Amino acid sequence: MDLAIIVIIQVLYAVAGLVIVSAGLAVIFGMMKVINLAHGEFMMLGAYATITAHGLGLNLWLAMLVVAPIAVGLVGVVLERLVIRRLYGRMVDTMLATWGLSLLLVGIVTSIAGNTTVGVSAPLGSFSIGAYSVSSYTLVIIAVAVVLALAIRWVLTKTSWGLIARGTMQKPEMADALGISPGRVYSVTFAVGAALSGLAGALLAPLTGVVPTMGGAFIAKAFITVIGGGPAILAGLVSASGLFGAINQLGTFLTTPVLGEVALLFTAIVMLRLLPQGITGRFFKGSL
Amino acid sequence: MTAFASSWRSAALTLAIGVVLLLALPGLVDDFTLIQLTIYAVMAILGVSLGFIWGFGGILCFGQAAFFGLGAYTYAIAVINIGDSTIPFLLAIVVPALFAALLGYVIFYGRLSDVYMGVITLTVTLILFNLVNSTAGPEWKIGSAPLGGFNGIPGIPTLNVPGDPDAVLSQQSLFTVSMVCLLLVYAGLRWLIASKLGRVIIAAKENEQRVLLLGYDARVYKLICFSLGGAIAGLAGCLFANWGAFTSPTIFGLAMSAQIIIWVIVGGLGTLVGPVVGCVVIQWLSTQIGTQQTFNSNLVLGAILVVFVLLVPRGIVPSLGDVIAAAWRRRRAPAAKQAIPAPLAPTETAG
Repeated sequence: MDLAIIVIIQVLYAVAGLVIVSAGLAVIFGMMKVINLAHGEFMMLGAYATITAHGLGLNLWLAMLVVAPIAVGLVGVVLERLVIRRLYGRMVDTMLATWGLSLLLVGIVTSIAGNTTVGVSAPLGSFSIGAYSVSSYTLVIIAVAVVLALAIRWVLTKTSWGLIARGTMQKPEMADALGISPGRVYSVTFAVGAALSGLAGALLAPLTGVVPTMGGAFIAKAFITVIGGGPAILAGLVSASGLFGAINQLGTFLTTPVLGEVALLFTAIVMLRLLPQGITGRFFKGSL
Repeated sequence: MTAFASSWRSAALTLAIGVVLLLALPGLVDDFTLIQLTIYAVMAILGVSLGFIWGFGGILCFGQAAFFGLGAYTYAIAVINIGDSTIPFLLAIVVPALFAALLGYVIFYGRLSDVYMGVITLTVTLILFNLVNSTAGPEWKIGSAPLGGFNGIPGIPTLNVPGDPDAVLSQQSLFTVSMVCLLLVYAGLRWLIASKLGRVIIAAKENEQRVLLLGYDARVYKLICFSLGGAIAGLAGCLFANWGAFTSPTIFGLAMSAQIIIWVIVGGLGTLVGPVVGCVVIQWLSTQIGTQQTFNSNLVLGAILVVFVLLVPRGIVPSLGDVIAAAWRRRRAPAAKQAIPAPLAPTETAG
């Protein structure tokens, strides 16, 4: 019984982890059709922002939930202006340019912070279920993922900003004619996506250890989740995270963490052969 | 592409330069430099493999390093088990080609777009990296070859004269073998591109719909092109394993894949010489960066990639060709104008 609860918590945790890691990418890819290969490095920047702010004496929660998203969001605005803006509509070029950015960011941070692992310890300690001990931070991750999914839904459906953004992505000329600057909407959307990536990096910092190259560990999982999810931003994100997270965690339980990850990526490739449009290309059509 | 770049003259010129280098270099430089040049030739083969599938097949593969690594590992494992290097050499080409065919089947028959293609190839590379990286224990072995995990496989036997395991190639002959492979690959691909098969492959890149309507199954042609790219990358991997007598999982890494793409972008997409030029320039630059501490190599490579995508999207070789062609035309303009109307002007002077 205790083991069953632990397994459920761990599976939820894996799913939540995927939601958090992929949310920023889902917003940028889902809304703007921009494949941001610098996603992992945005996460890395978020993690470093947290560590730096915490090192300067700021409260850890404040550093994670406020400083990191804002800092990375600002970086996103700058990079959108300098690079991404020139490449809208050229998907492959965008991919290459963002990959260049990813290497560039790794290089810059390595020059500044050095190629060593730094970290913060996970806050809140742990509690026990029967004979097993669970880190309370696990529950924080699950809670944040739920809040994040609800928040994305709320912004996109209930606020005028979400309506404007979705309208602009569908028909930029029409939005332009109605007095909305598409350029500014793109800019803000990219910044929001970057901020979500930064938040993800900050939340994972206590769990993974922070190195300039940490982004590479998440990029494949994040991409496969977003692409496996398909066209609907939120439904795709949640359904793909659910499927892949469960497979990853169960695989990890039965074998080793490495094979669990391999199982995740392998399932994703087989699934894309069967459902080239992703999960929401076939199911949950018309959802958000 | 200019007419000159696709004419047989350019192929002959390139091959002639290659043969001169092949014959002259071993006499001109010392052994250490020759060993450095060998790795340039090996990496150039890898660059050409991506230049071919991307520039002519329109397949953007972010995981060309997977085939390269697979070639290196296949050779290493097979040669440790077999001893004689003839069969391992062939296996190192066939296994990556089959793997590419399998992967290509998933991608092309699932009709995934190029963006998804990029992500899937990237993912496969990471799977291989993770898998091989985790095989450190002594229980992971194939035949008598331990996989070594993150430590890699050291002491890989070098290529020998086919059929005679004792006649191992020297470092000088390894340079010759690598250069000959590079030139053969180049010549073979130039021939392929000019053949009917190559024309259909290029046509499928330009307009898949139209190719389908003309009765060609574009998926088959893309699959052939992709598998061929895998085979060539595998060959490069085999030579790489020979060069250092060592292979490790880092050759499956993202950094490796990124490098190959940078070579092609910098050198020039849509040419076969471009990737070679890009490879040599970037490899040389990386070595130079390695000797100083101010700039990190990731930083420089990333900056180069961004700048080229934004400002020189066609790469060095085609851009340089344009500049030279324009200068040439300016010089000959008065004469040419009188002779023939511009659209029909002989373009053999271009490039």
